[in-house]
Amino acid sequence: MSSHKQKSLLFVAGLLLAAFTGPLKAQPGVGDPLPDWGGLGLEGALPETGGRVLLVDFWASWCAPCQASFPDLAGIHRDYAARGVTLVAISVDRNVRAYEAFLKKHTPPFATVRDARQSYVEAVGVPAMPTSVVVGRDRKIRAVFSGYHGEKTGAALRAALDAALNENL
Amino acid sequence: MKTFRLIRTGLAGLALALALLGGGCATQHVQSWQRGNLTDYAMRPDRDSLATAMAEHTWFSREASVGGRGVGGSGCGCN
Repeated sequence: MSSHKQKSLLFVAGLLLAAFTGPLKAQPGVGDPLPDWGGLGLEGALPETGGRVLLVDFWASWCAPCQASFPDLAGIHRDYAARGVTLVAISVDRNVRAYEAFLKKHTPPFATVRDARQSYVEAVGVPAMPTSVVVGRDRKIRAVFSGYHGEKTGAALRAALDAALNENL
Repeated sequence: MKTFRLIRTGLAGLALALALLGGGCATQHVQSWQRGNLTDYAMRPDRDSLATAMAEHTWFSREASVGGRGVGGSGCGCN
């Protein structure tokens, strides 16, 4: 095969590969700053977060594992709020009635807001429902937990929060 | 030589068209927060009991096969 033919084949193969893999979007990970949620239209009262460790939980009323995680999150809120952790649960529900019905049924003791436009969840690039993000006092991401796997996730969340609280910035 | 060039240009055009079509498919990835649509009642295979009964009857009569339709989970594909 001639060099010209080889180059042409390589070009076509590269073109097809690029087309079928699609654009890769860089999502914030551990060590990156948590994207700012100001101006993204989150519905609900956001708590004061200055100088506190954050636990941001992304959930949806249609997601069964999210529902299973709420008692654990309530326990974490109860144990860690006084120690300097603020829990913000961000729902990605488009259906406001489903969102309100879920809150009425589960009555979470922590702050809950709705990302009706799903713009913040997209900025964070949440990989699964639910996803919990532990954020240090410097507003940088310390840990990301995809999915809820019962006590295992609960223990891992508590360990990450303990580590973030014990940091000396 | 002219025919060869024409074929080569045609092939390159075809590859470009395929790439553009393929690119359209590659950007259609369903994100985790969009999966609420998959849990909608309309997406349930057993939403119409009469249709389910008829399908079961057809499979039983024609293919000697029935049941095995149930799957666990909420359908959101969350984890």
